Amino acid sequence: MRRGVLWPLWLVLIGGFSLVPFLWFVLTSWKSAAQVTAIPPEIVPDFHWGFYLSALRDHGLLKYIRNSAIVASLTTLISIAIGAFAAYALTRFQLPWTRTYLMLLLAVSMFPQIAIAGPVWRILSALGWLNTYQGIVAAYIALSLPLAVWILATFFKELPYEVEEAALIDGCTRVQALWKVVLPLAAPGLFTASILVFIHVWNEFFFALLILTNPALQTLPVGIALFPGEYTMPWGEIAAASTIATLPLILLTLIFQRRIVRGLSAGAIKG
Amino acid sequence: MSRGYRVAAYYLLPSFVFVLLFSLYPIFESFRLSFYRLILTLPWLGQKFVGWENYYDLATDPVAMKSLLTTLLFVAVTAPLEVVLGLLMALVLNESFRGRAALRAVMLIPWAIPTVVSAQMWRFIFNDRYGLVNFFLFGGQTHLYLAPLADPYLAVVAIMLADIWKTSSFAALIILAGLQTIPDELYEAASVDGATSWRQFRHITLPLLKPALLLALLFRTIDALRVFDLVVVMTQGGPADATNVFQFYGYKKTFAEGMIGYGSTIAVVVFFVSLLFSLLYIRLIGARILQRSER
Repeated sequence: MRRGVLWPLWLVLIGGFSLVPFLWFVLTSWKSAAQVTAIPPEIVPDFHWGFYLSALRDHGLLKYIRNSAIVASLTTLISIAIGAFAAYALTRFQLPWTRTYLMLLLAVSMFPQIAIAGPVWRILSALGWLNTYQGIVAAYIALSLPLAVWILATFFKELPYEVEEAALIDGCTRVQALWKVVLPLAAPGLFTASILVFIHVWNEFFFALLILTNPALQTLPVGIALFPGEYTMPWGEIAAASTIATLPLILLTLIFQRRIVRGLSAGAIKG
Repeated sequence: MSRGYRVAAYYLLPSFVFVLLFSLYPIFESFRLSFYRLILTLPWLGQKFVGWENYYDLATDPVAMKSLLTTLLFVAVTAPLEVVLGLLMALVLNESFRGRAALRAVMLIPWAIPTVVSAQMWRFIFNDRYGLVNFFLFGGQTHLYLAPLADPYLAVVAIMLADIWKTSSFAALIILAGLQTIPDELYEAASVDGATSWRQFRHITLPLLKPALLLALLFRTIDALRVFDLVVVMTQGGPADATNVFQFYGYKKTFAEGMIGYGSTIAVVVFFVSLLFSLLYIRLIGARILQRSER
């Protein structure tokens, strides 16, 4: 494509569109109470940390961070482990229903949450798992498995079968071949899938709202959505909590953008 | 069953148990319950089979019909706009220039942010007393300030904008992957033949990009049908049910009002609407992926 004189303008537009709204929220978190509601708006904050302190101390932000970290890490670990076995079986054995299973997972990942929410709630209620870590993690594993299996299957498919075959001939069992040969080679794929599952779970709101009604167990999205405001909204505190909730994701995105882009487009176009 | 199959079955079993328990069984259970009257707040009524009654009720429920229309309007506006914006972003990012990696990372920020956070952010930007939108429109004339989230029309627009901001970059990623599969030689040959940029775009890029554009459109359609987080945080379905999208209505009926049977009926209808689009997607794109996996 030939670039016209407007080329730099496009770059600024795309960058500004993506960055400015959130940057405004981050700047808000560093303002003083008077600055937040000032008209005309003040762009440069006074760099107060008051809102962060009050979000952490008065609004239980630390508790939400801890819950989110526990739930997202556990889910990622377990669903990647389960997903790796499934993806290995789907790409290494000539199974007649590989197609069907992958399509089933794809279809499941497209279900609207409300279509399964009632019965999921009743199952967890019957198990006594509402308002527990294991309850939310179990639901999240099921929700993130399609993503994990699809991404891992695309990565496993690209690994040469010969190396593994050699290991099998040398007397390795299937599990040993998977553990000692395939997994180390597939490490980049496992890592990419982990990042995507982690982000997916960290941001999930629907089932967290449904399953975790006890404030002591709620995750960040629920905490931020239900931020209490008695007369006026505590915008400074909400902005501070939002910044903290988003920081790990922004760091992951900036550091691993190549992997994320590759992982997201893996199932889609490149096959 | 040969030994290989048995090993494969063991490897697949854990994943299947989770999917069965938390996705497949619930779908069938929702189907079953949609034919029952079951109200948690009226437990003495028990669980009574009522046939198609819930479906009749749904078809004659004006709130539900309005909710369905709102959801479809939301999808019809956001999904195409997201694909067009995504295409623009992808075309720019497909060029090589200094700082491309940085711009691509910045573009991913809206995608990475939790939807709930972006909802609170837009709620603040649309605030009726000190929101940026009001300041850009009216400056210091605070008596003119609007309360967009309290206006039935503007609230819908606000939620659409929030969704477009959040998800256009996802469409861009899919389209960018598609752009990268178009060989450079085609453009070189066209340049030699004297084709203008516009003609190259019109006759090379667009036709070859069609599968990626369709894929992005369908992904966005299916996801937009599920809009929920933005509505819960920004408007709670209001004002006057203006943003009462289908997933929110189903959630309210099932969990706030305890109408398990009727809520399941809503769930089934949402499921079929999105299944329709999913099947279209699998037909158009799935076949291609599977052909590759068999090689």
